[in-house]
Amino acid sequence: MIFLLLFVEFFKIGLLAIGGGLVTIPFLFDLSDKYGWFSTSELVDMIAVSESTPGPIGVNMATYAGFNTANILGGAVATIGLIMPSVMIIILVAKLMDKYSCNTRVKTLLEGLRPAVLALILFSVLQIAKVTILDNIHILFFVAFLMMIRLWKKSPLLYLGIAALLGIVFRL
Amino acid sequence: MIELWRLFRLFFKIGLFTFGGGLAMLPLLKAEVVDKRRFLTDEELMDLFSIGQCTPGIIVVNVVTFIGYKQRGVMGAIVATIGAVMPAFIIISLVASVLRHFMDNKYVIYAFAGIRVCVVALITSMVYDLARKHINNWYSVIIFIGALALLVGMNFSAVAIVLIAGITALSVGEIRGKLKK
Repeated sequence: MIFLLLFVEFFKIGLLAIGGGLVTIPFLFDLSDKYGWFSTSELVDMIAVSESTPGPIGVNMATYAGFNTANILGGAVATIGLIMPSVMIIILVAKLMDKYSCNTRVKTLLEGLRPAVLALILFSVLQIAKVTILDNIHILFFVAFLMMIRLWKKSPLLYLGIAALLGIVFRL
Repeated sequence: MIELWRLFRLFFKIGLFTFGGGLAMLPLLKAEVVDKRRFLTDEELMDLFSIGQCTPGIIVVNVVTFIGYKQRGVMGAIVATIGAVMPAFIIISLVASVLRHFMDNKYVIYAFAGIRVCVVALITSMVYDLARKHINNWYSVIIFIGALALLVGMNFSAVAIVLIAGITALSVGEIRGKLKK
């Protein structure tokens, strides 16, 4: 029974949360009140954890709530519930795209959206920068990373690894 | 055609290094899926992001599912998505059970602080590259600046921006089409 409940609740979130990852947060607060699968302070902690760890907040919360409630199987059921609407809807959308991608209107639409998308990404990264780049040493490292990235053009994975090490060494 | 297990491994790797939310995945996707393997073009990646903003669900999952579908159909979609969320699943399961105090460890905190700054730099660099390449006519510039103004100045939501930009683009397209005739 708990598995069904976990699945259904996270399926609902997966279906209703439209937009970026932070959209899931209000739904998660509601869940906390409704079932007590996690406390509000646990949710807040996990939001902070998600700022750093791999994984969107939604996936992290599904796994966490599910795990807390019904161990690893609970975590799996909740997570699958969360991602299932996305997968199903996107497969449908992809099939539609296959059919309509040659349509001129669709092309114009997508082309016009690209600058908007870049604006969205820029805005989002500004938000992240506001909470990440907090004092001069961060600015210094930001500039340093930017220079490394522009000059050496290596895999982002490499820079992330270096960043982790530098973080420890310089006690950021 | 890429084999399913390679697809899984690729998205597992991408998922593993996506620190701090879906946006951080974009530079990785650009590097691995667009630049390196050419599964899709820059333009297509941005298109997926727009579509992902408007469809239900987490944007990361939406984009990954799409790319997986394009490579290996429905199985590809499923395999790619599971690959991408599996690292988070494993890590959070560990955090929830034995590593409760993982985030309290000072080395972890320092390392993640460094990573977060690097992520901001990676995304900034990517936006700069994409903007240079794809914002190259007067109406793109207007849409870009307009969208930014609405986001910063008036707190519009992402979905609203996509809708407005979409309607603008279609209208401009219609007008230009009529003018040509």
